[in-house]
Amino acid sequence: MKKLKIGDLEKIRDKVRRTAVLRQGKARAKVTVHMGTCGIAAGARDVLTGLLKDIRKKKLDDVIVTTSGCAGLCSREPMATVEITGKPPVKYVDLTPEKMRKILERHIVKGDIVNEYALAIGSERTH
Amino acid sequence: MEDLSLHILDIIENSVAAGATNIEIVIEEDIVGNLLLIKINDDGRGMDKETLTKSIDPFYTTKGTRRVGLGLSMLAQATKEAAGSLDVRSKPGKGTRITARFVYDHIDRKPLGNMAETITTCIAGSSPKADFKYRHRKGDQEFIFSTKEIKKRLNGVAINDPEIILFLREQIEEGLQAIQKGAKSEEIKDWRFGKNT
Ligand SMILES: Nc1ncnc2c1ncn2[C@@H]1O[C@H](COP(=O)(O)OP(=O)(O)O)[C@@H](O)[C@H]1O
Ligand SMILES: [Mg+2]
Repeated sequence: MKKLKIGDLEKIRDKVRRTAVLRQGKARAKVTVHMGTCGIAAGARDVLTGLLKDIRKKKLDDVIVTTSGCAGLCSREPMATVEITGKPPVKYVDLTPEKMRKILERHIVKGDIVNEYALAIGSERTH
Repeated sequence: MEDLSLHILDIIENSVAAGATNIEIVIEEDIVGNLLLIKINDDGRGMDKETLTKSIDPFYTTKGTRRVGLGLSMLAQATKEAAGSLDVRSKPGKGTRITARFVYDHIDRKPLGNMAETITTCIAGSSPKADFKYRHRKGDQEFIFSTKEIKKRLNGVAINDPEIILFLREQIEEGLQAIQKGAKSEEIKDWRFGKNT
């Protein structure tokens, strides 16, 4: 049985130290997954974990992930808001981990909004 | 909600929304007593009497975005279905203590679900100032996880970095598997991620 060693944590820490500092300093993109009651019930937790895994896999060190409360659109959950620095935020609805991956590949990496999953383009607020 | 870990995530989101910086999650699987106990304690802004009594009413919320508060009443419902109960205690300015009880082997008791993912989702989404302590006991086996201790070890590296979050998720998963299997007490000590702070 593999045992937890604090040393493993310290190894990861040293590995991510440089990128972690970069990420906090000058994030190019921020993704907010809405983690209110309806979002959680509809699968928002899986969307978040899938996103983190894809960010790790693609070694994206300039993307920040966070969560927020209820967005007031319970029937369209899970939802996420993508903000690319200098661009208006885009709200995505009815998400699955697979849709989130497409958004990561197309919108966050390449800059092309995935219109078929987007709710509205404009001055959305995250809280 | 499909399982109890999703209810717990939702309840912790309330604590985070109430500005809590210390959030404690305790799960006790008392097989002998046939009882499942879930406690969530926070030091957030708390609730006054009126909010408290209304908080388990399904049509109540203080948030402007939605007219129906759901989270607490859904958990209350889940306890009732498994012949249990929900107890909410709160003091303005002090914090909130929530205790959910379930008959462990009740046919309608929801499964616990993925607690590792619930805890790391909370860490990923909260301010780095918030601390989570998670204690999970099954019989005489116990797993303890404390972000305070981890942050000390991280020495300035953000705990909500995706790679750290996913590492912690794996560690919690393995720790929980170990207590489910009933590893010997000496081995369990090695699974403790942080002391009893
Ligand atoms: N831990 C807590 N600390 C302070 N207030 C809380 C807490 N949990 C719940 N509340 C209050 O009870 C209300 C109802 O909570 P909940 O049923 O989860 O619905 P919602 O979060 O959608 O409003 C919240 O709006 C909040 O005012
Ligand atoms: Mg809530």
